[in-house]
Amino acid sequence: MGSNGNTSSITINLNGNDVDVPAGINLVEAAAIHGTEVPHYCYHPQLSVAGNCRMCLVEMGNPMRDRGTGEPILDENGVQKIGWIPKPVIGCGTNVTPGMHIKTESSMVTDSREGIMEFLLVNHPLDCPICDQAGECRLQEFATDYGRGYSRYVERKNVKPKRTRLGPRVTLDDERCILCSRCIRFCQEVVDDDVLGFVDRGSFSTLTCFPGKELSNNYSLNTVDLCPVGALTSTDFRFKMRVWFLKESPGICTESSAGSNILVSSREGVIHRITPRRNDSVNDSWMADSGRELYKSVTNEKRLLTSSVESQKCDLSSAINSAVTFLQDKKLGIVGSCHSSLEEQYLLTKLAKTTKAKKFLRGHFGDDDGILVSADRTPNLRGTLVTGFSTKYPTDDLTEISEAIDKKSISTLLVVGEDLFNSGLTPDQLKGVSIIYIGTHENATSSRANVVLPSLTSFEKSGSFINRSFRLQKFKQAVPGPAGLLPDLHIIASFLNALDQEKEQTSDIVSIWKQLSKSSTNPLHKIKYTDIPQDGIQLDSTRWSDLDFVEKKAMHFSPRKLNKVTQN
Amino acid sequence: MAKTVVLPREPLSLSERTYLPQIVTGLKTTFSNMFKEKVTLQYPEEKPIIPKNYRGVPTLVKDPNGREKCVSCQLCEFVCPPKAIRITPGAVSEDDNSRAHVEKAPKEFEINMLRCIYCGYCQEVCPEEAIFLQEEYSSSGYSREEMINKKDKLYELGGTLPDSHYKWDKKKSAEDDGNDH
Repeated sequence: MGSNGNTSSITINLNGNDVDVPAGINLVEAAAIHGTEVPHYCYHPQLSVAGNCRMCLVEMGNPMRDRGTGEPILDENGVQKIGWIPKPVIGCGTNVTPGMHIKTESSMVTDSREGIMEFLLVNHPLDCPICDQAGECRLQEFATDYGRGYSRYVERKNVKPKRTRLGPRVTLDDERCILCSRCIRFCQEVVDDDVLGFVDRGSFSTLTCFPGKELSNNYSLNTVDLCPVGALTSTDFRFKMRVWFLKESPGICTESSAGSNILVSSREGVIHRITPRRNDSVNDSWMADSGRELYKSVTNEKRLLTSSVESQKCDLSSAINSAVTFLQDKKLGIVGSCHSSLEEQYLLTKLAKTTKAKKFLRGHFGDDDGILVSADRTPNLRGTLVTGFSTKYPTDDLTEISEAIDKKSISTLLVVGEDLFNSGLTPDQLKGVSIIYIGTHENATSSRANVVLPSLTSFEKSGSFINRSFRLQKFKQAVPGPAGLLPDLHIIASFLNALDQEKEQTSDIVSIWKQLSKSSTNPLHKIKYTDIPQDGIQLDSTRWSDLDFVEKKAMHFSPRKLNKVTQN
Repeated sequence: MAKTVVLPREPLSLSERTYLPQIVTGLKTTFSNMFKEKVTLQYPEEKPIIPKNYRGVPTLVKDPNGREKCVSCQLCEFVCPPKAIRITPGAVSEDDNSRAHVEKAPKEFEINMLRCIYCGYCQEVCPEEAIFLQEEYSSSGYSREEMINKKDKLYELGGTLPDSHYKWDKKKSAEDDGNDH
């Protein structure tokens, strides 16, 4: 791992200039801090150092001292001599020491790189036109940047299997593998599922699964992202789209409260894949395979695309108008969602205040895998606490509503995204209750609802979530929503405007945030939406220390730490 | 401001007023051309001779063995300045022995001839030498849809061109000759 936690700074000499770098880091990182690239394949900042690709060779020297006395050896100008090591050293496996001299651009280094590139390319197939990695391939990049530019190899290249199935989601192209072992180390160190290894020797070396095992863990697709070449390919994305067409937009994974940072890659409004975005405080460089599938819900056949009133299709504005008449009911209940963004939850809280409605909330829980899929399967449960939609921790059902209905204190329900019928309510109970449904996909509630208002998925809108460690993170719209649909924010804001004519509610996120951050007791106090950095802001969670959060200890998250912060 | 100067017009002479010398001069050109070699073509009955390297309608070609050459790398789609090319990539089935090792082929290949500007970048960029701007220059249709050349039409227009590389065959022979691991 890149840093050992020591933050003290030391001075090294990089290509003739004295520069300050943090102590304990390796030469690849030290050079990167000062804008010098040391090309590397096998080294990854979040994995152990293997040092087997030899691409990061640099020249290194240390100030000379007399072996007997320990006195510095000076040259004729009185400056301490540098003892250059006659052979290059690997940058990834060498840590900085005070006074160390490094050359990353000398002729020896250039020759080494050309030599390594030549060996790597000897048996590498000329597959770039059909390779999914082309365009984001380290081998391609370094071949142009540091390669010789021509091949001296006239013999026939090796031919290896092209479509080895390593697991349900990963396909291996043996020919392209450069034996960097990143995938092996990832499985061992991050997922703790040791299934990959090299067999055979020399040019026969092959990446393979151990007998009787397959790469089927829920993090297998990270090996595809890690692979510096196109050897490991995603079976889902294989041959679908060339990467240079893809527009990447920063998002947050909505699978669980872990809130993995993601990049949503789309072309002309169609999402083609989801990859992790590095955030060292949340998900390092990883994400779960299950989260990568979520984009398929955007074009799911169950997607709600038209608004309707009493099962009659109509345009959105008339659906909103008839929803407003329902909302004027004195016995209104609002079912919020932990899937909604922070801004939506805030507006919903405001709506509940205006209409004096009862608020209900359902949590969705599953198993905690201890890495990046947490027990809380919603992205923004913490948001309901911070916005004040809910003060207590939700349960996995909505039986509270059935009690309220039985007491006849509710006759209209505004439901955001939840399905009442799998939350402990029966059709008989809801017979006399009018339902307004805002959601992205069809379910039993939407087909029963009096008014259905289709809304947008998290890929089609911007907003923010608060993850399990109370980290506020924002996501950006990646693709435009289906024609005629409006974001939840707009729908709820038009409810507010219709119900309370005096105060105008905007649906603009930046303006909503001005209202959100007004209260000085709220942890969002003084935060501007535009100022939230791409890697998020850690919020103060003291107020919710008594709640029993379901998440277990996982990557960059410790429930005890959450409590400890609260005790202070 | 510039001053406007009105130039006096010279009065026409007698010969100029009759226009006869001018008509005779004009007819001289007409008659001299009547006896020269014909340069006009009776298009469309007569077709011009297309010079070498002419950039006509972009087409997809097959190799001399009748196999599809395009591997749907989408570089032409990327380089196309007016965005006339649209490719849906697809996979070659593993059992297709004639195209062993190729793995990829276009599922659909469309060139919108209403957008194409005949620049030839697609031909230049193609790593597989699969797309060529050949001699065909005239394309017409009754609707916009008709002006989009689909994969079948593109192969029909392209036909077969000689191949000096047989890139993928070389790979197959490497496998057959014991470089198989």
